[in-house]
This record gives sequence, structure tokens and C-alpha cells, in this order.
Amino acid sequence: MTRVGVVTFPGSLDDRDAQRAVRIAGGEPVALWHGEHDLHGVDAIVLPGGFSYGDYLRCGAIAARSPIMAEIIDAAHAGMPVLGICNGFQVLVEAHLLPGGLIRNDHGDFVCRDQRLRVENAGTAWTSRFEPGQEITIPLKNGEGGYIATDDELDRLEGEGLVAFRYLDVNPNGSLRDIAGLTNARGNVVGLMPHPEHAVEPGFGPDTPAAMSSGVDGLEFFRSALESVLARA
Amino acid sequence: MIDSVAHAASTPERELPYAALGLKDDEFARIRELLGRRPTGAELAMYSVMWSEHCSYKSSKVHLRQFGRKVDDRMRERLMVGMGENAGVLDLGDGWAVTFKIESHNHPSYVEPFQGAATGVGGIVRDIISMGARPVAVMDALRFGAVDHPDTARVLPGVVGGISFYANCLGLPNIGGETWFDPVYQANPLVNALAVGVLRHEDLHLASATGAGNRVVLFGARTGGDGIGGASILASESFEENSGRKRPSVQVGDPFAEKVLIECCLELFHAGLVEGIQDLGAAGISCATSELAANGGSGMRVELDAVLLRDPSLTPEEILMSESQERMMAVVAPDKLDAFLAVTAKWEVETSVLGEVTGDGRLVITWRGETIVDVDPSTVAVDGPVYERPFHRPAWLDALQADTAGRLPRPAAGAELRAQSLALLGSANLADASRITSQYDRYVLGNTALSSPDDAGMIRVDESSGLGVAVATDANGRYGQLDPYAGAQLALAEAYRNVAVTGATPIGVSDCLNFGSPENPEVMWQFERAVTGLADGCLELGIPVTGGNVSFYNQTGDVPIHPTPVVAVLGMIDDVARRVPSGWQDAGDNLYLLGTTRLELDGSAWAGVVHDHLGGRPPAVDLAAEKDLGELLAAGAHEGLFNAAHDLSDGGLIAALAEGCLRFGVGARVWLDDVLERDGVDAATALFSESGARAVVAVPREEDVKFTRLCEGRGVPVLRIGVTDGGAGSEAALEVQGLFALPLDELRAVHTAPLARFHHDAAH
Repeated sequence: MTRVGVVTFPGSLDDRDAQRAVRIAGGEPVALWHGEHDLHGVDAIVLPGGFSYGDYLRCGAIAARSPIMAEIIDAAHAGMPVLGICNGFQVLVEAHLLPGGLIRNDHGDFVCRDQRLRVENAGTAWTSRFEPGQEITIPLKNGEGGYIATDDELDRLEGEGLVAFRYLDVNPNGSLRDIAGLTNARGNVVGLMPHPEHAVEPGFGPDTPAAMSSGVDGLEFFRSALESVLARA
Repeated sequence: MIDSVAHAASTPERELPYAALGLKDDEFARIRELLGRRPTGAELAMYSVMWSEHCSYKSSKVHLRQFGRKVDDRMRERLMVGMGENAGVLDLGDGWAVTFKIESHNHPSYVEPFQGAATGVGGIVRDIISMGARPVAVMDALRFGAVDHPDTARVLPGVVGGISFYANCLGLPNIGGETWFDPVYQANPLVNALAVGVLRHEDLHLASATGAGNRVVLFGARTGGDGIGGASILASESFEENSGRKRPSVQVGDPFAEKVLIECCLELFHAGLVEGIQDLGAAGISCATSELAANGGSGMRVELDAVLLRDPSLTPEEILMSESQERMMAVVAPDKLDAFLAVTAKWEVETSVLGEVTGDGRLVITWRGETIVDVDPSTVAVDGPVYERPFHRPAWLDALQADTAGRLPRPAAGAELRAQSLALLGSANLADASRITSQYDRYVLGNTALSSPDDAGMIRVDESSGLGVAVATDANGRYGQLDPYAGAQLALAEAYRNVAVTGATPIGVSDCLNFGSPENPEVMWQFERAVTGLADGCLELGIPVTGGNVSFYNQTGDVPIHPTPVVAVLGMIDDVARRVPSGWQDAGDNLYLLGTTRLELDGSAWAGVVHDHLGGRPPAVDLAAEKDLGELLAAGAHEGLFNAAHDLSDGGLIAALAEGCLRFGVGARVWLDDVLERDGVDAATALFSESGARAVVAVPREEDVKFTRLCEGRGVPVLRIGVTDGGAGSEAALEVQGLFALPLDELRAVHTAPLARFHHDAAH
């Protein structure tokens, strides 16, 4: 069975949720500890949501320099699928695996909502099961999710197709160009502010027109990664 | 010069500032009598803080005993831990248990709304951890002053921001609560925080120190100078001549430290490394040491020098009283100490061994080699003063109760009823609270089955079976003012109903009793009536009070708040997949009104909003009818008969219908004729009355026969009052046939407007 590591930093909150999502998608979740250098032979990695190290310096900044991240950065450069969700996205940015920065929401508040997104790049390890341009709904919950980069950088990201997800209907945090998530050029490293691991199980996901809490669009992230691992093997 | 026990014995004449510490003359005399000498400064600090109203319940104890007395065997069936511990514990079956408790943090939240509310969440969550449970959800019951008062714009965003900050960073879903506005809370907002935890039976822990030789360990955040004077008023300059420093009285929270502490504690529990545990809240080390030793019937020897300090200049008295957050105290067997320290090291939680459990029944604390405390811990923690404060029925109550809202003009014409309906739905207390609740994470942990705006929050406990719990909190201070006995029972009934409509079966109660000054005999009467009402009500409904909290001295100047007994009811459900939301999702369902409607507008939202009126007697309490209704709702949910169920309370039928429509944006066509005819009421009464034991349910047509048979079988009054539809998109409306129609777009705009104004400044 494909083994997907989920890192727990002190202050990680959605780590057990990410493990559940991996399990529901058909993979084997493996708990990884921030202080170790051992990836336990996993095939893919999820950096979960939360407030690693209290986010006291800059969100994700301390976690990006933890022992386990040294290994993850190497693995990412070698092509291993890595997904950063919310705080995990912030960690990926702080680790320079993805460009730009994430700052406090423009309205100043933490916001939790069911968020519509458009999948702009369906060619990554984490989005291959989506159609290009597919519209999905997954929960978003953050206080510092405003994506920023220089105009040149934003032009480059758009030009090279590295914007993986864009916010639809509402830009919930002031992200430039409605950017919700990014991929690296190779397509193995993906980061986004919304939480796919909270849209994997009927009854506990976002509302859909069909029924309350029935949204499972997030499941395809994890299924995509499992397929991509098999394809690499 | 250290004020040691020996020094105290040799200087009996020394004056102590006991009055400044909140102790009365007779209380100080009692301490001298207990010790056979004058107390040391450290002992005085301990007694003063532990004998404060907040810690000792000295004014409320004689009345709270009813909760323990008015209990029958059926109420004890699920009760694993009752009142007196950090939180009550109820058996859920299959080896699972749940613990929950609601507690106030009112006064700090007025002084410093953000930190006051944040540390309120932190404190109640530590109560849950100390039972051996994993915290799984929080809720909050909030009361603010007038919605348009300038200070409300300071207090509300601060409180909401503090709750959001702390609970979101802890990774706990916020699954519900209430927000209520009334000028009586202007200078005294109420911030009542609730936490829920789940545990396996074998993980249950108690705050008890036993086993001589076991180590006493303090772990978590370092001890600093914050919160001194929180539990009692310590003016440090008058306490010790050399100490002229002012300490902040409101504690500062660090949710990251608490999150790490949660995971660290759970790992310690699962590894079996903890014999007894107590969180540090009000009264800090004073409370933890004396309660652990008193509960264990043991003694304890503590070296205060071993406490890790954030501020090395703290005096021993300050260390004993500090309310620094995110700290726990554990009792650990000597052979498990190394393993214990390994776990705290793994989580990078600072830990120090303060001393050990002894068998001599004394709590002995040393500082710089000298004994500064030598007391019987039970005299500190258990046998504090008990007051039988005088109480009497307020003289003004007769006139207030005679002033019934039944005399106020009630409209009959559709246009007027429409205008009053919109006024109600656009009033602050009935308004859409999503401006607040959208700042709370409701998804984290992945087990949230229901959350705000549904009537109760619901959490899955067991992922394999779907076993879950539902919790609702309620209180109506306006009812409490008119009749505190009935007001408390109506709060209980509403919370009970709010749990029942989700399909869960109520099994326990926690309460947070917010009142004015107990030294005011009229307030004391209100308190006595409310406690009696709640205890009687719980006995009748067959659900025990498992714990809670009393908050006195809630007043502005001499004017007390309305009696506000916030009641939290917890229920269980076999499988959360059977949960029922509060709004309809599909067109074509039949809408039924369960229960009967009487002319009961006294204290109602209608009387308050439309007529600025508060008078009369609150709606009649019929707990037998509430129970019948609750059982019917549970049975119907179990058989899958409901697509939606929503309780009727503030704002009556029109509020329930509007909320039912707005929940998922599906309209409804409703007719009142049958209600008017059967119950002999007019249209305004049918729409706005707040009679109890009522709910609206949406039943799919194919379940109609089964449903009506269920109602007949259980003798619950039922009438079909409408259908869900009302068109699609911008056509969707709530239509009350023959009277008026409210397009949902218009309704939503009105409903969201009152709280939309509140914006939390990012800079804090």
C-alpha cells in the first residue's frame, strides 16, 4: 500500500485529519515527527494545517527550518509528491519550495467558510484526477492566507501555469490574483490555503446542492497522489 | 526577612492586610483559630484566594447542594464523575465517556476582552484535559450590552477575536453558542466558555494526590506575575512594604503552549504515567496543591524554590497566587518519573519536581529553606466559609409581573405583521451570527456533524460506530428577571429541546449561573430560586447536573444583571449519520408544528423589540411535554422521518420558520388557520408567542403516515402548517398565506445586518 507521511510539528492541528484523508483515499498514513530526520520510507508527504511553533515568528518560518524539513526538501527536489495545506503551504513557501508569501487576511479576521475554487492546473501529482478548469468546493479556514508576490513573479507564475487553484465567487483573504494554491514546475510540490482533507467524508465536508456536509471534492487530491506514486514506481 | 511559620508564631502582634485581600474579620479570626497562630504571608495569600467567592462558592454552596440531593437512580446511571471534580463525566457505552463543563470569564473579558475571553477558553479546556480526556469541541455563550453602544464595538470584537484566536490555535472546533444583547450587560458582559472532551473509561483521571512518596510535578508554562489578583484582590504594595510593583490582573494566554500541553498530557495518560492531575487556573499553585492533597486525604511537601519562573523577582506569595496560564500539576510515582520526564521533554514542555506526597495530612511549603506554609489542606480547599446569606423576594416583582405584554396591541393586518416580523428577525438577539461564527474553525478534527447555526453542535465520538454527542447552551435573562425559578427551567427546557431536535437524547447538564451581588438579598433570592428551579427541572427530566460554575457580582454600579443561568445540555446519539439539521434542504416536504401555542408574549422578543416592554410572567413550563416532545423527536430521527427539525423559542414561530428557510435557502408556504382554530389564538400570537415544548419539523411526503402515527401514539399535538418550496433562487420566499410574504433575499439582508457592523481590528 502506498505510504503517505503526515508531519506533526508542535502546533499542528489538522494532522490527524490529513491521516484520515489518506486512509479514506486508500493509502497508508504514516506519522512523521518534526524533530526526526527519518522519512520512514514514505512515498508522498503532507504538511498539515495548524499553527506550527505557534506561528510566532512568521507563519511556517520555524517549521521550515525543522530537522524533518531538511529531508523533505531533498525528497521534493528528487520528485516526491509533497502537499502543503494551509500552514503546510506557508511552510513550503518559507522553505522556498514555492515562491511568494502569505500574509494576514486583508480584512483582519480569521475566516472559516466553504470555498469554491477553480483547478487551474490539473497536471500536478495532487490534481491529476481533476479536469482542467474544474470547479470544486472545499473548506477554507485561515487568518493569514493572503497570497503575495511581486508583479513579475505573479506574471511568471501565471505564464508558466504554476497557479494551481484560484478562488471563485469570493476572495476570502485578499490573495493577489485570487491565487489559492501553487505548484512547482515539476508538479510534485503543491501548496494551497483551503483544506482538501476536510472534504473527504460524506457528513463532515462542505455543503453541496445535493445535501448538507456531503462535499468530498478533497478526496481527489489524495487519490491523485496515490496514482502518481504508482505511476512513478 | 522571610515570614516563616516560626516567625509568625513569634510575632503574633504583626498586622496583616487581610481586609485588602478580601477576607472579612470573622474569616481572618477563623484562620487564626485553625492555625493556632497568625498566618504567615504565604498562608494568608492561600486562604484569601481559596476562600474567595470565586474559589470557595461560599455564598452559593448551601443552595448548590440541591443538585446533589435532587437526584434519583436513573440520573446516576450514566454518571461516572459528578460535581466537585474539574468536570463531570458521563458514560456513553462501548467504553466511551464524555466530559463537559461551562465556566464564566466575565470580569476579565470586560477589562481586556481579547485576553479575557482567550484565557476563558484556555481554562475550561484545561479542566477537560485534567479528567484524562481529549478536548474535542468548544462553545461559547455570550452576553453584551446594547448592540449599538460604542463600548460594545470594543468588547464584542475583542471577545470574539480572543475566542477565535485561542480555540482555533488549539485546534478545537467551535460548534455553537449564543450571542445576546441587552443594556443590562453593558458594563458587565458575560463570557461563558464550554468545552467537551471524550475519553475511554480507562483514561479517567482525578485531581487527587495519594501514595506517600509520589512526586508532585509542575509542568507547562513558566510561572509569571500575571493574573495575580484575579481570584481575589491583591494590592501588592499594601501586602508587602518593599514590593511596589503593579501586576496585570488579567492573564495572557498562549494557545500554542496549551496545544502542546494537551498532546503531552494525552501521551502521559495513555502511557499510564500519571496518578493524579490538576490544572492550574484560579488561585494557581495554592489551589492545585491544596485541592490535590485535600482530595487525596493526604499531605504534601512542596519546595517553592523549584517552581520555574518567568520573572525571578516574584515573592513566594505571588508564586502561590499567580494565575499564569497553560500549567498543570501531576502526581507521579517515583519509578515512573523518568518516563514522565521523557514525555515532557519530547514535547519540549518545561517540567520541575516540586516535592512529594506525604502521609501526615499537612500541606507544607518551604521557601529558601524555611517553612512558610504548614496547614491542613482541607481547611484551605474544602472547609472554607459557608454563608447562609439573607434573601428575600424583591418588592418590585409584583408590579413587574402584573405588567403583562398581553395588554399590548397586537396587529391583525398582514402588512403590520410583516413589518413586525422583519423587525424581529432584524433585531440583534435573533440576527444571523455568522459574522461571529465564521471566525471560528468548525472543521478541525474532522468530526463535526452539526455546528452553528443548527440548534445544537454535534460531534462524532467513535469513527467506527458513528456514536456522537450533541450540546446546546441557552439562557434568557428577560425570563429570569420576570421569574428566576421559571427562567432557569425555561433555559433548561430550551437547551433540552435544542439537543432533542438534532435527534440526540439528553443525558446531562452543566450550568453557568451568572448573577449580581450575593450581598444583595434580592439577588440572593433570584439565585436561590434559579438553582431550585434548575434542580427541580433536572429531576423531572431525569438528567443530572454534572458540574458548572457560579459567577456573582455581575452588575453595573448597584444595578445587577438579569439573572442569567446559562444551561448546557449534552445528549448522545447512536449514529451521527442520523442527525437532523435545523433547516429544510428540499422543496416538497411537509412542515408540521409540534406542540400547542398560547398567548405567551410576556418577556418575549416581540414585546422587547416591538414595544420595548419587559413585564408579566414568562411562558408556562411543562417539562412533561418537553420530555414527550424530546422522545418523539429522537424516535422520529432514529427512523429517518425528518429532513429538518427546529425548536421554537425566542421570536416564536416566525423566527423558527425564517431560520428554517435561510439555513439552506429553501422557502416555505405556511398557513396558520388550523393553529388559530385549534389553539384559539390570533395570528400575531401564533407567529410571535414563545410557548414552550414546540418545534417545527420538515417531513418528506413518503414518511407522512408514519410520522402522524408516531405523533398520535405518543400524544404529542401536531398540525400540518405548510410545505417547503417558495420558488428557486431569488424567487424563494417565506409566505404566510393570506397575510404576507418575505422574499428570502430581503429576509437575509435584514437578518445579517445587525452584526455585520462588527469588525475585529487585525492589530492586537
